[in-house]
Formats: sequence, C-alpha cells, structure tokens
Amino acid sequence: MEKELRVRPIKNGTVIDHLTAGLALKVVKILGIDETIKEVVSIVMNVSSESMGKKDIVKVENRELNSDEVDKISLIAPKATINIIRDHEIVEKHRVSLPDTVEEFIECPNSKCITNTNEPIKSKFKVINEKEVKLKCEYCQRTIKGEITGYIKKP
Amino acid sequence: MKLKDKDIVSVEDLSKGDISKILETTKKIDEGDLKADMSGKVLANVFFEPSTRTRLSFETAMKRLGGDVISLNSTQASSISKGESLADTVRVLEGYSDVIVLRHPKEGAPKMASQFVEKPVINAGDGSNEHPTQTLTDLYTIWSEKGSIDGLKIAILGDLKYGRTVHSLVQPLVEYDIQLYLVSPSQLSIRRSILEDLGKKSGEVIQKASIEEIIDKLDVLYVTRIQEERFADKEEYEKVSGSYEINKELLDQADDDLIVMHPLPRIDEISPEVDGLKQSKYFDQSKNGVKIRMALLELILGDNDGKRT
Repeated sequence: MEKELRVRPIKNGTVIDHLTAGLALKVVKILGIDETIKEVVSIVMNVSSESMGKKDIVKVENRELNSDEVDKISLIAPKATINIIRDHEIVEKHRVSLPDTVEEFIECPNSKCITNTNEPIKSKFKVINEKEVKLKCEYCQRTIKGEITGYIKKP
Repeated sequence: MKLKDKDIVSVEDLSKGDISKILETTKKIDEGDLKADMSGKVLANVFFEPSTRTRLSFETAMKRLGGDVISLNSTQASSISKGESLADTVRVLEGYSDVIVLRHPKEGAPKMASQFVEKPVINAGDGSNEHPTQTLTDLYTIWSEKGSIDGLKIAILGDLKYGRTVHSLVQPLVEYDIQLYLVSPSQLSIRRSILEDLGKKSGEVIQKASIEEIIDKLDVLYVTRIQEERFADKEEYEKVSGSYEINKELLDQADDDLIVMHPLPRIDEISPEVDGLKQSKYFDQSKNGVKIRMALLELILGDNDGKRT
C-alpha cells in the first residue's frame, strides 16, 4: 500500500486538497511559494479522485498556513480544502472561503492606477462574487475577471 | 447620510438621498439664498492636470461664500518636481487648508489622498476614471431644466471609453427611471464592466451607433469631446476624430424641448451655429458648476449641517 503513494504523508504542516487538476502551480504562485522557501513543498498533479476525476494536491511541510493566506486560493479554486496536520493527525479541516477584499498580492492591470506608482499604498480589490468571481480595484475601479493568476504581483 | 466632512471621491459614495440634498441646496443658492459663511476657511486647489472650469469654479464658489483659496497648479513649481509623493503633498496641504480639491492624472489618486488626510478631499477629475462634481453639475442642469429626472429619455454621445464625465454620470443616472441611450463610434464604446453594473439598476440602457435614428425621441442630448490626450496611439485618435457633429440640421429633427448639454471644452462636436438655439444649455450648465460647488462646500464645510431654516 505504502508503495503506491506518490508522495508520503506529512508529519506537520498544511495539505491543500481538492484542487481542480491543473491548478496546483497557480495555487503555489498565489501563496507566494517560490525558490526562497525553506520548507519542503510537494506538488502532486493529476491524481485520481473519486469525486473530481482528477485533482491536484499541494503539501507544505512544517508550516501552518493561516486563513488569510489560504482564502486567496478561493479566487481560483473555490472547492479547495485545507488540512492542518500535526503529528500525522488532521487537526483542522476546512474549505476555503472567498474574502471580501484582497490586498497587495494582485497588481491592478490599469497602468494609470495610483497603485502602480511609488506612492506608499498597497493595491486593494473588492471581491465580487457573482456568476464568476470578479475583482474591482478600490482605487481606479477597474475590474478583473476570469484568469486572475496573471495579475499576481511579482515578488 | 450627512455630508458634513465627507470626501467626494466617487459618485458611488453618494446615495440618491445625498444627491437630492445637494440638488435642493443648489436650487436655493440659484434663487439667491446664500446661507453658508466660509470666512476664515481655506480651500486648497491642487491641480496636477490642466483645468479651467473646474479649478476656477471651485475658486469662485469658495470666494462667493467668503472663503479663501490657495492653489498648487504646476508640478514644476513645487516639491513634486523634487520627487515628493502625493501622499506627502496632501498631508502638508492639510495643514494649510480646510478642504482639498484634487485633480490628478492617476486614477484613484483622490481616493488615496483621502486615506492620508482627515480633512475632506473632493475629486476634481482623476485620469479617465471619475469627475463627480461635474456629474452633480450635469444632474442639476437636467433636473432644473426639466423639473425631474425620472421619465426622461437621455442620450450620451461621444467618447464613452475615455470620458470621465461619462463614467461618473451614467452611474447615478441609471438610479432614476429613465431611458439612457449610449451613442458612440464602436472604438469609443463604454467599458463592458461599467455596462454590466448599469444593467442591474432601474434605468433602461440602450447602446446605439448613430444619433440620427433616436434624435426625435430625446429629452436630453449630452455631447462629449473625444479625449485626444488619453489615446496612446495618435492614428487611433485620427480614425474617430470628427466622427459626429451636432448641428442645426440635426436639431431640426429634434423636439423643441430637447436640451443639448456638453461638459466643455468642445472642439468640433457641436457646431457654433447651435449656440444661439434655445436648445443649447452648455453655457448654463457651466454656470451651474459654480452653484453646485457652493452647495457642496456649504454641505461639507458648513456649520449648520445642511439644515436651512
């Protein structure tokens, strides 16, 4: 049985499960995980799932992601579940929920927006949850919809 | 909602009730009933883009109410040319004044400024985003000329893509029970996201490519200039420049009670021959700009909280 596992269970950390196949790399990007991270990160793509057919999973060892961090994921993966693991046990399990606003990590696509200047402010978007999720810039009022990962700020 | 000390950065910040209050106060001022006394108060006019009407009408409004005005008109002649941020500039000016009127090419600049200062900030135009005091002027002109906004057939013609007066005006207009025609060359049609928001309100919104087919139905024709300065590509501007003109011949087909408005400046969208017709209201509209700004200053800075006895 153990041999069939592609990635071993983690002892401590966070497992982001039920990601629609193909979203893992985008989720990693939204979480700001890049080559500077010290923790072990496992990315599993296209594994079989009874409920979803195929799914992706992201595991971050020895780091418990807080809800502000994980709720950002809901912008692209509303069905994702978050498992917090301590000593091999799932101690918390919850779905991501859409935040009311998102700050800083999205860049306004409007080059004339005041947030794309050297002024001492962070970008801020209101999250509008209609048929599809839209983000509206609180400053210039420009709306982003569809593929939002392209607007994630470069570190 | 009380307007005392309120920032006016977007028309979205104003409820229909706020707008009615502003229009009613403007009407009283229009009738010669001046209540507010701004003596001892200072308005800071902070303009990072050229302006004639907006800057001077704020200045006139404040002076007619007995207040004083300080101005920062050129980025060359101040610390901004030394690299000072807008956030710092407004915090400094807050120490000198009671209200800050800001025009800036960056969209959302007044919203940002309002977060750095306690004193009220009034948006006098931010890029192609919004121009709320022009909108109030426009609404007042329609309301005072027609007696009501509900029930009207209103067309907005021209640059619906870049014109900030349009972006500000359409939002409160559709709160009324109106038919709103948006008429523009296809390259200059209104942004889809704005159109989607409009679709949820009471007013009916209809897009048209030419004014000729609806001119005989209209109560109000609001004409705008093509915003040459907002085009990244000169050739794109040339393609649409001069693509519509309001002249006597067109207005012959219109109702006698139609009013023709324009936020000014105009280039060639309205032929000078229209100026003498009773339908032309754009210079009255411009004059209303002072009264509406007096009303706003009274409501934002006045001591009587907008109450008139």
